[in-house]
Amino acid sequence: MTARSGDLHVDVAVIGGGPAGLSAATHLRAAGVGDVLIIEREHQAGGIPRHSQHTGYGIRDLHRVLNGPAYAAELVARAEACGARILTGAMATGWSGPLSLDVTSPSGVYRVHARAVIIATGARERPRTARMVAGDRPSGVYTTGQLQNATAIWGQHPGSRAVIVGAELVSWSAVMTLRHHRCHVALMTTQYARAESYAAMTLPGRLLLGVRVATRTQVVQIIGKDRVQAVRITHLDSGKSALVPCDTVVFTGDWIADNELARAHEVAVDPTSSGIIVDAGLRTSAAGVFAIGNVVHPVDTADVAALDGVHVAAQVADYLHHQSWATAPVELQAAGALRWVSPGRIDPSGPAPARSRLLGWGSTVLRTPTITVEQGGICLSRQKLVWPMSPGRAFRMPWSILANVHPSRGPATITVA
Amino acid sequence: MKALDAEVVVIGAGVVGSAIAKELSGYRLSVLMVEARPDIGDATSKANTAILHTGFDASPGSLESRLVARGYGLLRDYAGRVGIPIEDTGALLVAWDDEQLSVLPKLQAKAKANGYDATQIVDADAVYARVPALGPGALGGLLVPGESIICPWTTNLAYATEAVRAGVQLRRNWPVERIEVNDQVTTVHGPAGDMTCRWVINAAGLGADRIDAMFGYERFAIVPRKGELLVFDKSARALAPVIVLPVPSAKGKGVLISPTIFGNVMLGPTSQNITDRTDTATTVDGIEFLRRKGMSLMPELMMEEVTAMYAGLRASTQHDDFIIEADLAQRYVVAGGIRSTGLTASLAIAEHIVVLLNEAGLRLRARQDLPGPMRMPNLGEGFMRPYRDEQRIAADARYGDIVCFCERVSLGEIHDAFASDIPPVDLDGLRRRTRAVMGRCQGFYCGARVQQLLDQCAEERP
Repeated sequence: MTARSGDLHVDVAVIGGGPAGLSAATHLRAAGVGDVLIIEREHQAGGIPRHSQHTGYGIRDLHRVLNGPAYAAELVARAEACGARILTGAMATGWSGPLSLDVTSPSGVYRVHARAVIIATGARERPRTARMVAGDRPSGVYTTGQLQNATAIWGQHPGSRAVIVGAELVSWSAVMTLRHHRCHVALMTTQYARAESYAAMTLPGRLLLGVRVATRTQVVQIIGKDRVQAVRITHLDSGKSALVPCDTVVFTGDWIADNELARAHEVAVDPTSSGIIVDAGLRTSAAGVFAIGNVVHPVDTADVAALDGVHVAAQVADYLHHQSWATAPVELQAAGALRWVSPGRIDPSGPAPARSRLLGWGSTVLRTPTITVEQGGICLSRQKLVWPMSPGRAFRMPWSILANVHPSRGPATITVA
Repeated sequence: MKALDAEVVVIGAGVVGSAIAKELSGYRLSVLMVEARPDIGDATSKANTAILHTGFDASPGSLESRLVARGYGLLRDYAGRVGIPIEDTGALLVAWDDEQLSVLPKLQAKAKANGYDATQIVDADAVYARVPALGPGALGGLLVPGESIICPWTTNLAYATEAVRAGVQLRRNWPVERIEVNDQVTTVHGPAGDMTCRWVINAAGLGADRIDAMFGYERFAIVPRKGELLVFDKSARALAPVIVLPVPSAKGKGVLISPTIFGNVMLGPTSQNITDRTDTATTVDGIEFLRRKGMSLMPELMMEEVTAMYAGLRASTQHDDFIIEADLAQRYVVAGGIRSTGLTASLAIAEHIVVLLNEAGLRLRARQDLPGPMRMPNLGEGFMRPYRDEQRIAADARYGDIVCFCERVSLGEIHDAFASDIPPVDLDGLRRRTRAVMGRCQGFYCGARVQQLLDQCAEERP
């Protein structure tokens, strides 16, 4: 193969070809932006849904119900049909200028110079090491992502008896994958008093999946020299511990934004969520750099990430046209049971965020949460929501709660109780 | 008489055994190196603090002091020749109380006694100027500019590779069970078979006392001391521009914070005597201890993600010094009680053993037919890696095919490891040769593909 290393000039570089990046590229092209390049490090674009065989994708963005691979293929087809270029097997490894990226691919090393950059690198689950779970280092320890990649793309097989750490939405996805491969789920553990995801909170959900969930329980140790033999679990309140024999452990959820490129560019990141801080127009702290999808809010569903892509397209097109970059004046802070909120900055006179929703993450289960907005010691609004907060999935709040925020009275605090 | 399998059998292919085999391969002599574990450098040598020590704090006059000081220079030269990455970060011992502060001048004097004159006592302001992320309460420090960080895996692999290229036979998965010494011939027995030789060199690390006992000695007993370490994500690297060492005091040895050659930051080790020589599990208590230590030493570090946790076993004994002795009658040399300084001292230990063998009348003659120079694949973050190398990718597209995104390991490097003189046999071995899967995602993205490559390679292996 001949090398084609060198400089590439594009209007917009999109880093990451998952649902968010693909949708952004499609809608940028539809908005008349000339040269849109998606830089995708995997050999195929489509992102995480490619590994996820179950259905439920595409509802909010495509208004269809598809399984993961079909959804990913549809988004790729749409981006290509719109004339977006997708460079697969290409990884943005760093920055060589404010809007210039170093890219490595089998066809060479490029410097991609863009007029605007969109970071759409997604999120990953916290692996065992980052959770500091002690013990041996045997094989058979997975995250959901690795498990589904191994089984769906590479045809590998998990073991026969698994413990799943976490009871979030994604954890049930892991249950389905294991079940498909005839791996018995011996136990699911969650540190919370209730299983985090709605599926587990409803009786039909529990009956359907038939998985025992140990609440207020932590996996503290992994045992086994070559292959996992057991895990030690501890009850957080009683301190009692027990051994659970298994040959597979799946660490699920507990998401971290893939924010390394942002941090390498000194783009501001929320230390609590690990997500890139954006305003309602998905602008980061660096001029010309936007961020969308789960690298901003780790994590919401794929279709919500895709709708970020739709939302950012108009913002980017507008920026390319006017070349003006203003920092939104008001910082948003999270308090109470709300761990973080995105966007992290807002302009009260500016446009609403994607879907006119604020996204956040809860630290507890609240059936009917009350949201209070304060600024400068003054309560601006109070509202009881009719949907619950649950720590295993994104918590959505209406943009209208910020209606009375003033542009120059300092940070506004959103408290959920 | 039947021909011998080798004139010398080296037991143990850790960093010390491999250095010895490499050194001996420079002479007209047949050498066999046996390793009990599935891979070289798979026990004590793989899990250490990866520091190239000046030896400033060794016991003056000890064998360890001499060999560390000598080994420091030898390894530096060797590393430059074969491409083992070293970064000259320097170290800073930080005193957190008056007792530790009062120890600094004594340490400086000890360094001088060890022949190291470059230390410098600095005040608290200078400490924070060098490491602004340190937690509050530092009172002063001792600078040791010569302390450096090195890749321990490449060092071990380079020695073993050079040895194998020069004709040393390597047997992995070859534990030693019994040794029979006769007049002319020594027979080494193991489950994998027997081998005959004239000399045996014991570099068995954690098993060195057991091998020593097979020759009738009770000189030392290995008391494995477990050291647990946490490795933090690369985004933490700027927090630790130098090696931050604890000041040894009556309260114990304390833990260090060190940058690693791979661009991470390491916190540890704990220190716990154990009995099971295979117990390399991290513990709930050990991690909690490191977490607490980290919070006071460098609170900002604890905000970063942990990308690896491991425990290494130091082969410590009841003696303070290295035990390197030759037994002429049994044609046997022991290199035991080699602790964490063994990495730095390795080449000097090997040189020292050649002297002992010559004194014992082995009359080693240098070879003229050695293979040409070799270069090791670079794993150092501070040096050119294939994913950035335009010419390399132009010549072979596989170096542009990044398999492990977090560590930016290319397909070309993984293929090179499989095609090398000592190919990896498992994921851990591949990790030590390429850095694959040792990053922040721990396999979320690449774990499955890497496993596929390993399985494929295992199928193709004869």
